[in-house]
Parts: sequence; structure tokens; C-alpha cells
Amino acid sequence: MTGWAQALILRELRLAVRVGGGALIGVLFFLAVVTVIPFGVGPDLNLLALIGPAILWIGALLATLLGLDRLFQADRDDGSLDLMLMSGRSVELIVLVKCLAHWVGTGLPLVVAAPVLAIFLNLDALAIGAVTLTLLAGTPALTLIGAIGAALTVSLRRGGLLLAVLVVPLTIPVLIFGVSAASAAITQPMPFLTPFLILCALTLLSSVIGPLAAAAALRHSGD
Amino acid sequence: MALIDLANPSRFMAFVARVLPFAVALTVVAFAAGLYLAFFVAPDDYQQGATVKIMFVHVPAAWLAMFCYATMTMASLGTLVWRHPLSDVAAKAAAPIGAAFTFISLLTGSLWGKPMWGTYWVWDARLTSVLVLLIMYFGLIALWRTIEDPIRAGKAVAILTLVGAVNLPIIKFSVDWWNTLHQPASVIRLDGPTIHPTILWPLLVMALAFTLLFLVLHMMAMRNEILRRRVRTLQMRAAARQPATATAQAAE
Amino acid sequence: MQLVAENLACDRGGRRVFAGVSLKVASGTALAVTGANGVGKSSLLRQLAGLVPVAEGVIRLEGGDDERPPFEHCHYFGHQDALKPSLSVAENLAFWQAFTASAPGLKAGAPARGVDEALEFIGLAHAATLPAAYLSAGQRRRLSLARLLVVERPVWLLDEPAAALDASSEGRLCELMSAHLEAGGLILAATHQPLRLANTATLHLQAAQ
Repeated sequence: MTGWAQALILRELRLAVRVGGGALIGVLFFLAVVTVIPFGVGPDLNLLALIGPAILWIGALLATLLGLDRLFQADRDDGSLDLMLMSGRSVELIVLVKCLAHWVGTGLPLVVAAPVLAIFLNLDALAIGAVTLTLLAGTPALTLIGAIGAALTVSLRRGGLLLAVLVVPLTIPVLIFGVSAASAAITQPMPFLTPFLILCALTLLSSVIGPLAAAAALRHSGD
Repeated sequence: MALIDLANPSRFMAFVARVLPFAVALTVVAFAAGLYLAFFVAPDDYQQGATVKIMFVHVPAAWLAMFCYATMTMASLGTLVWRHPLSDVAAKAAAPIGAAFTFISLLTGSLWGKPMWGTYWVWDARLTSVLVLLIMYFGLIALWRTIEDPIRAGKAVAILTLVGAVNLPIIKFSVDWWNTLHQPASVIRLDGPTIHPTILWPLLVMALAFTLLFLVLHMMAMRNEILRRRVRTLQMRAAARQPATATAQAAE
Repeated sequence: MQLVAENLACDRGGRRVFAGVSLKVASGTALAVTGANGVGKSSLLRQLAGLVPVAEGVIRLEGGDDERPPFEHCHYFGHQDALKPSLSVAENLAFWQAFTASAPGLKAGAPARGVDEALEFIGLAHAATLPAAYLSAGQRRRLSLARLLVVERPVWLLDEPAAALDASSEGRLCELMSAHLEAGGLILAATHQPLRLANTATLHLQAAQ
């Protein structure tokens, strides 16, 4: 990878882990969401094991969306975004690199936390492995699709909520194939691989569409 | 030395330097005694076998998890009411330690639960309220890491800590009505402890050892926090300093 | 090298801010853009920087790299400092040095400075390892200015460059600007005070009646 991309990744990761970065707040939110679900549906362990993959996926989706509103806005607020747009680097690649760094800072911790939270939901070892694997393959797609919303709402004061509204419909396919792959691993007769490969394809597809659309939105964000 | 003298951070640092070696030694002795009693004196449970030994870590850790929150609540009162200069340092230093004890009690509890209940986790009232306590601790730590200015952060966290202190008993009782599986209290009861002295004594010694460990860690963490704030002040002063070379160049 | 803009017009929020602005700045010269508040000085600079869409007219850079748009030859120094408080002073500067693509156009004798050298020059070498959060407003401004020194780009677009600077820092800024002109660079500055530079032309923007 070229020097500027490395510099950008390093900067984003530093910002994420230092004071005010909030790299781990996404994981905390994930933990909080998974904790309140049993209060809603009841503590029946068999039921929780059945809906566990869906709970984890919805928790990961919400945690990802809530962390995304500052993806470009923080850089816009202090003028960094202007300089990035005129830096002479491809805006699409800048978006892709920023998404990568953001996923390492917020998405990857969700994947790491998922097995622990899966224990709370009484999933067995096979199901834990399946859910974690699908999250590993699918959360990058959530970040990349969310980046479109983050770019569209970059200039808005209350962009965070709008971002979620804009992005949730676009993430439905990811959710469907992620949850069905994870559930397929639990209820044997259905194949795991088919939905899982579609999930991987969605991630690859969004790694093209996400940066293209987000870069277009950022270019037109100037006023 | 009066207790009020410790309000001065420099005096506190001197106090810690003098007390810490003894406190560490005492903690080591207490742990040695507690572990000896737990492993060689306390009998195995006739039902649970050796797994009952987990209790000697689990129960003191759970006590300390709550004790630590109580400490933070007192410190938060100190921050908001008496504006005590060390109290938000005390609260900040206690939070990660409290989170660690809470985590240990959850971890040992779930390891104990596997052979006892056949599962690592159940949504029982006691377990759930401790999990909520862990989330509270994490939230407080996160709030501290989000606000750069320690004085402002201290006030915000103090308010949240006090609200949490009011809310935790409510959570506790509400989840009690919601779902219960955990065994009832057996040590602190009006009609005296219901467990046998051969188990009670090792447990109390371990609790003492854990409390001492908390005190040692808390003092060390407070010392680190005071040093961290001094470094911050020095850095701010260093940044504001005009370098001699630059003024000399400008004068040319 | 020559930066040429012909008949520029700018719309913001459906309102025409200015129209019919033409300018020509050659290597080694500076252009002071003056005018009352709200007349569109900042918008003009941001148009040249490629950050505000051009409603009418063209911007071209003669003698630059034709493969790249004119704004990729420009440094933009606006009101915002583009600094991250949690990064150290040196980290902030090093990031922009590594991230920003340089553009040719200056004489061979004027290489881009290193981070340490640039910090020394703006008087922040003593603070290199400290978080940028601890800097004063003037120091932040100077650190932001150092960005122009570590990456070579021939055109400097400066929006109120002297804002928040004390007298000695302002003197240093003038030094930097004349050195840049001597190296064959060109400068456009929106300013209220006259630029104390040789070879300065003035473009006065006036609201249409």
C-alpha cells in the first residue's frame, strides 16, 4: 500500500484510540443492546438460543450505524475534509481507506466481542463460530454502506439519526444473508455455505459501491 | 496527620509512599493465609466437590465490585458537594478496578455455573444486575475517556455515578421480581450465617485479602492519576513557553 | 506558470455572490483580494481551491501539470486549522506531509522542508511531541501554516492569513510569503490589511449595485 494510505490509516487508528476517540463505545453499545433484549423477550434460554444470531446481528448493525456519523463529519468540522478533497488523492480510495480504518476500530471489536455475548444468549459452540464468522464477513459491508449515509449527512447538524434512517433499508440484504447463514449452521439441514458466499459477495460489492457513492456525495458537500 | 491533610495531593503522595510497602506486605500475607485456608482447611462440598473452591474468589470479588461502586459514590459526593481536590481522582482510579472485580465475579460465576446449572449464563436476577453494574462501570470509564479536561470530566462522571447509585438498587429489586435462580444470601443474615465456620473463616480472610488488594491498587492508581495530571499541566506549560531560539531569530 | 480565471461567477444557496471576476497571477507575484465582508472573497478562494462549484467561467493553470486539475497545485489556508487535538504537533504535520500530493512548479532551489525543520521555522519545535490540544490559537494557526512548508505546491490560497497571529508571527509569515514568491510561487490572499510584499497586485471585489 502506498505511503499516503498508510499515513491515513495510522492517523485514523490513533484518533480512534486516543482521548475522545470512542473506539470501544460501539462494543459497549453492542453489549448494552444484547443485555436488554432478554428483558424484552424473557429469559427463556431455549428461545434466546433460537433468536441469538438475529439479536447479535441487529446489535452489530445498530452499533455500526451509531458509530458512523463522525466518519466524515469530524474531518469536515475542522477543515480536514477540504484539504483531503484537494490533496490530489483519489477520493474513492480515501473513503475506502477511512472505512477500513473505521472497521478495524469499531467493527472488528464487535466481531471479537460476539463470542462472549453469544454465551449470554446460550448459543452452542458451533453457532458461536458461525455467528462470529458471518459477522467477520458481513460487518465490513455495514461500514461501507453506512459510509454512503455518513457522506450524505456530513454537512447536517443532526446527521446521526438521519444517517440511520437512510442506511437501514440498504443494509437489509446483508442482515438477511448474515442471519440466514448463521441460523443455517444451527439447524442442520439448510446449507451454510450458500448464504455465506452471498454475504461475502455483498461485502465485495459494497466495497465498490460504497466508496463510489460516498465520494460523489463528499464532492458535492462543498458549498 | 489529620485526614484533611490528605486532601493536598503532595501530602497524599508522601502518605502513599510511606504506607504502600506495608499495605503490599499485608496483602500478600492475607492472600497467602486465605488461599491456604481455602485449599487445605476448608472441606470440599459433598455435592459440588472441589468446584466449591471457586466461591473463595467469586464471593469476595462480588463484594468488592459493590464496595468499589460505593467508594466511587462517596468520592462523587466529595466532588460535587465538598469539591474535594482528590475525590474525582479517587473516583476515576476506582472505576477500572471496580470493573475488573465485577468482571472477575462474572467470570468465576459463569465457570461455577457450568457444572452447577449446566450453562455458563442464565438471565437470573443476581447475575443480570451484576452485568448491568459492569455496563455502568464501562460507561463511566468511557465518559471519562471522552472528555479531555479532567475537571469537567470529573463533574460529569460524578453526576452519572450518583444517578447510578440511586438506580442500581432499583435495578436489583426489579430484576429480582423478574427472574431468580441464584442462591439467597447466606453470610450476612439477621439470624447469623448459615454456612459452616470451616468455610466461613477462609471466606472472610479472602474477603479481607481482596479488600486490601483493592486498597493497594486504588492507592497506586490514584498516584498514577495525580502524576498523569501533573504531566498534563507541565505539558501545557511547555507548549505555552516561547522558545528562546524563536524570539532570538525574530529579533534579528 | 500563471493562474488564470476568466469571468467567474459564484452561486451560494441560490444567490449570486459575484459574477464577472477575472484575474491573472503569474509566478513570483501576489494578488491581494480585498473587499467588504460578505462580498465573496472567501468564496473566490474556495472556488480556486476546487471546494465551491464554479457557476460560470473557467479556471486554468498555465505551465502546470496538465494531467491534474488546477486545485491540486494549490495549498489552501483557510479559517479552519485542520488539526486534530489528540494527535501530537509533529503527528499532525507529518500526516499532512505524507498525505498531500506535491505538485511541481517551484524553482529547483526551493525544496519542501522536513517536519522538524518546518516546526523549527514557525517556532513550535519545543512542542513537537505535545498534543495539539495544548496549543494556543496563534500556535495552532502557525502549525497549520507549517503545512504549506512541508509539501511543495506552487499556488498558495490564503484566507485572512494574519488572523490570530501576533506581530512577530506576522513578520514570519511575510518572510515565508516573500520566500515563496522568490522561489517562483504565486499567492492569492484575501486580506483586510495590505500585503507587505513586492510584486503585489490588488483585486478589489465590490458588491453589484
